[in-house]
Amino acid sequence: MIPTLQIEALSVGFSQRDAMIQAVDQVSLRVAPGECVGIVGESGSGKTQMFMAAMGLLPSNASATGSVRFEGKEILAVNSALKRVRGSKLTMIFQDPMTSLTPHLQIGTQLAEVLVHHNGASWGEARIMAGRMLDRVQIPESKRRLHEYPYELSGGMRQRVMIAMSLLCRPSLLIADEPTTALDVTVQAQIIELLRAVREEFGMALVLVSHDLSVVAGLAQRINVMYAGRIVESAPAEELFRHPRHPYTAALLKCIPSVSGQRRARLQTLDGQPPRTGEKLEACAFAPRCPRSAERCRIERPQLKAKAASDVACHFPERS
Amino acid sequence: MPLLRVQDLAVVFGRRTALRDINFELFAGETLGLVGESGSGKSTLARAVLRLVRPARGRVEFLEQNLLACSPLQMHNIRRDLQIVFQDPLASLNPRMTVGDAIEEPLKIFEPALDAGARTHRVGAMLERVGLAAGMADRYPHEFSGGQCQRIGIARAMILNPKLLICDEPVSALDVSIQGQIVNLLLDLQRDAGMAMLFISHNLAVVKHLSHRVLVIYRGRIVEAASSDRLFDCPAHPYTRALLAAVPALPGADRARGTAPELLETGPPPNIGCGFRHRCPFAVAVCASDVPPLIQIEPGHWAACHLAHELMAKTAILEL
Repeated sequence: MIPTLQIEALSVGFSQRDAMIQAVDQVSLRVAPGECVGIVGESGSGKTQMFMAAMGLLPSNASATGSVRFEGKEILAVNSALKRVRGSKLTMIFQDPMTSLTPHLQIGTQLAEVLVHHNGASWGEARIMAGRMLDRVQIPESKRRLHEYPYELSGGMRQRVMIAMSLLCRPSLLIADEPTTALDVTVQAQIIELLRAVREEFGMALVLVSHDLSVVAGLAQRINVMYAGRIVESAPAEELFRHPRHPYTAALLKCIPSVSGQRRARLQTLDGQPPRTGEKLEACAFAPRCPRSAERCRIERPQLKAKAASDVACHFPERS
Repeated sequence: MPLLRVQDLAVVFGRRTALRDINFELFAGETLGLVGESGSGKSTLARAVLRLVRPARGRVEFLEQNLLACSPLQMHNIRRDLQIVFQDPLASLNPRMTVGDAIEEPLKIFEPALDAGARTHRVGAMLERVGLAAGMADRYPHEFSGGQCQRIGIARAMILNPKLLICDEPVSALDVSIQGQIVNLLLDLQRDAGMAMLFISHNLAVVKHLSHRVLVIYRGRIVEAASSDRLFDCPAHPYTRALLAAVPALPGADRARGTAPELLETGPPPNIGCGFRHRCPFAVAVCASDVPPLIQIEPGHWAACHLAHELMAKTAILEL
């Protein structure tokens, strides 16, 4: 079976003055048709840049090497192939739904444009289909909403519009980059439910990128944890939560405060800071913060062994 | 005697009422959590207490002195006991001032008798108190990470040993692994310095970890107030229940109790009656006509809901 998305040895660098900053370092990832994959990492871990590279959305001072294949076809730096699928079969939504929409165009126009551009639909048809899609993402009074401008909608509603827009051409893959981070917790829960529902309905694959493990937990079948530009652990979601093998994953799980936790109790923490983005590393990037680090971790950078069902880039992982 | 007593406070911006009927007390050494969604008035309340916005009505008594009636000079003297830490750690520091100068400035203003040597000593000690090194005083904010900048913001607020520290979303901009470090730092500082805290956050888990008591605020009104234990174990207001139910849980963690059915969203927010009724799955006729008053439903537990007693009774039955 051809994977929907196959990223191989992808590196993303930014040239800054005379230095080159490595944001993503030799990352490989595979998303099967219909699969939901979670990508979790802290700010600066490279999780967003990896998909910006895949979508051809990197700024001009960035360069990407490696391979990104969408449904078997190379799209990294192949403009013709990318243009054919981007925005129709391969779509992406972002953290801030306000800046993702054009402020001076009606919602209906922005939605219809997608169908006119990609499918050659007439504006009249396209508007009707746009209205139907707003119903699908549970926006009440969709007919009236088509004539509204982004500022007239709440943050949650705007994100629903973005989801509707991403679904118009029936994508095989939707990349959702921190889709709920800017939203209130009750709205966040609704958007996650919506993503779950449309994924089932449309049978598409979903990549959910978040800094928050608990957001990804409810939806992803497989979770990849990123640290300092690399994937350090990849495992089926259930297994990752039950038996985290990388010390970073284990520590991250422990330091998430829980509403069922003790009142006024100290939180478990992870001491130190992640390395500065782009620092060239010969050793394990997590070694300075790792309770299990040994001599070998400071000399040799651990690698993922690829192709295994669950995989960890650590010389001394926790036993599974 | 409470340290802070807020009575019938209302804040109006143009034609919009941002806060109304706000009443609460905060005692020395206590942490009061303040939760609510964006736009609910949490930050406005913090600003009104500090007189950074002018309330339309009401009293803010700090140590039995009405701040709203204070002369500028009186207010100036009170400010040393009333400090705030903001959400964006980098934006709240002057980029052209070394962090040492930033932390030292309150001392220059409020303790003019100190000589330069003594001030430098106090700044160094404070930096160490918040987990940084005294030698970092000569550096500029951009040389620090977000978590470190937040430590500097806390150091600047705490250098005068204030009686009340207001924290407005102090960990929301930070990565999960850093949030816990800041929460623990605040707990440690409170243990040693004994200040009271008004802790504003949309993250319920963080609020629970820090607070003795919690206020839930919805569209400018307090809808529930209780001890942290009671609020999380036995929420009375449907909005509080929805908030708790919406917190994404990690697999294996206990879900928060008092889970509510999904929130409805029928039409625009109402102007008459209960402000929550358009989203409330329990709403009845009386909710459309009368604003529910904040009533005591058990000792120390207040809720503004016509059905609070019934909902509490139902929860009690479910738990048996």
